[in-house]
Amino acid sequence: MLSKQISVFIENREGRLGEVLSVLRENGVNILSLSLADTSDYGLLRIIVDKPEEGSKALKEKGFSAKVSDVLIVEINHEVGALSHLMEKLAKAGVNIEYMYGLSLHGETASVIIKTKDYQKVQEIMKK
Amino acid sequence: MIWSKNETLSREELEKIQFERLIDTVNTVYEKVPYYRDKMIEAGIKPSDIKSLKDLQKLPFTTKQDMRDTYPFGLFAVDKDELVRIHASSGTTGKPTVVGYTKRDLDTWTECVSRIACMGGAEKSDVSQICFGYGMFTGALGLHYGLENIGSAIVPSSTGNSEKQIMYMKDFETTLLVATPSYALRLAEVASSMGVDIKKELKVKKAVLGSELMTDAMREEIHKVWGDDVLVTSNYGMSELMGPGVSGECEYLDGMHINEDFFIPEIIDPKTGEVLPIGEKGELVITCIFKEALPLIRYRTKDITRLFYEKCKCGRTFCRMENLSGRSDDMLKIRGVNVFPSQIEEVILGVSELGPHYEIVVTREGYTDKLEIRVELKEMTDEYKELERISKKVNSRLKTVLGLDAKISLVSPNTLQRFEGKAKRVKDLRGDK
Ligand SMILES: [Zn+2]
Repeated sequence: MLSKQISVFIENREGRLGEVLSVLRENGVNILSLSLADTSDYGLLRIIVDKPEEGSKALKEKGFSAKVSDVLIVEINHEVGALSHLMEKLAKAGVNIEYMYGLSLHGETASVIIKTKDYQKVQEIMKK
Repeated sequence: MIWSKNETLSREELEKIQFERLIDTVNTVYEKVPYYRDKMIEAGIKPSDIKSLKDLQKLPFTTKQDMRDTYPFGLFAVDKDELVRIHASSGTTGKPTVVGYTKRDLDTWTECVSRIACMGGAEKSDVSQICFGYGMFTGALGLHYGLENIGSAIVPSSTGNSEKQIMYMKDFETTLLVATPSYALRLAEVASSMGVDIKKELKVKKAVLGSELMTDAMREEIHKVWGDDVLVTSNYGMSELMGPGVSGECEYLDGMHINEDFFIPEIIDPKTGEVLPIGEKGELVITCIFKEALPLIRYRTKDITRLFYEKCKCGRTFCRMENLSGRSDDMLKIRGVNVFPSQIEEVILGVSELGPHYEIVVTREGYTDKLEIRVELKEMTDEYKELERISKKVNSRLKTVLGLDAKISLVSPNTLQRFEGKAKRVKDLRGDK
């Protein structure tokens, strides 16, 4: 499933992440998943929210660098080896993954968020 | 429009006026200012030794330190009751420098600024908003009287309260903006954050900018936000010499015409004090030849530029000074390399992913100087490699220009400090310099 992700630039300064979260809260934007990796100087916060356009707009108004981009949400079985199996399939098809992180668990299934330029390929593979 | 006939005098006619005025000035300071007389005696010079304009070179220099040493009125050539105005520059260290004006001095100042404003396109029909701080600083009142003299309507909005500034600009239909280049950019940011479409809703068509140097890249940045059809000119002056009005750019934007009937410029080697041949770059030295209260002789401005005397397309014959490359004061010595903040600015403004605001931080670790540039990220990306690419691009361009490695720190938009007056973008945290 194609979905929208907001990326926010965060310089390594105390309280910066908290500021992002409170802007989203004040605008009633709900976070479904989040990934934050950082270098020594700055980080990129990537979030999946229920209202990406609103969230991004609110953040920009508050002076954050924010950008909405497309990512894929792929559902897999919640069992040992499922992710590994998926990766093998994607690798075989030559899909280049830029980054990925986990979404959530719903009983039998789990989801991963995948950023790639080869959306179509992945979607075709998942249909099989 | 050319404001004064004097601006088109032939070199011969001009030099005649300059020489007469120079002789008057030298006689006056010798008679009335003991500090100057002592300096001239020490240098073995009498006023009668000045037989041509070239003999100006024989006179000793005046520096900011001389003004401090004689604080407040020691260099004044008139009695205090002749003064009608006193300004002072905010000295960050030590005593401020004090400048005084007689009635005639104020008229001269107004005349000089009217000329410069005309070069920047000012007309009677303009509504001119002056976003310079009013007060002891000479910038605001200088432009105020000069523009009023042309017949333009003045909005003395001063600095601060940028949202109200934009409101005035919109409601009064301001056509001419007076500000520092960095405040002009700041005002544009504020207008956008208020949802005001600058190019459609505001009527500013002339930006007469001064009080800090404007690089070509900065001018481009200003065009981007204020519109390509705005005439953006820079002008030059300093309170010691009079305030704004020493020189300004005409519509051809190729150097600033110096009001040579009031100021004689020279370019010297800042180290040796030798006068350099025409066309060479060095420190600008100015002699004020028509001032009553504070006629400075060979004042060392510490500004680095060069002069050129070719005829300008605008018809003015006054020589031009190149847009400043920096102040010898502002020059940083980093790992033995001379660095002007303007060089760094040119690089940053040339990278489209970055905003125009920046901060230069110099520190020392052990015996090594570290240069850090903090700059705002304008174009967001969701990939680290993209951020790295931007940092590397800035770094390698700086390396080409300066020959130095710098740490590039990307920060969020609107997080670096904004300035209403002169921007202070350099933080030199090394204990000694
Ligand atoms: Zn010209």
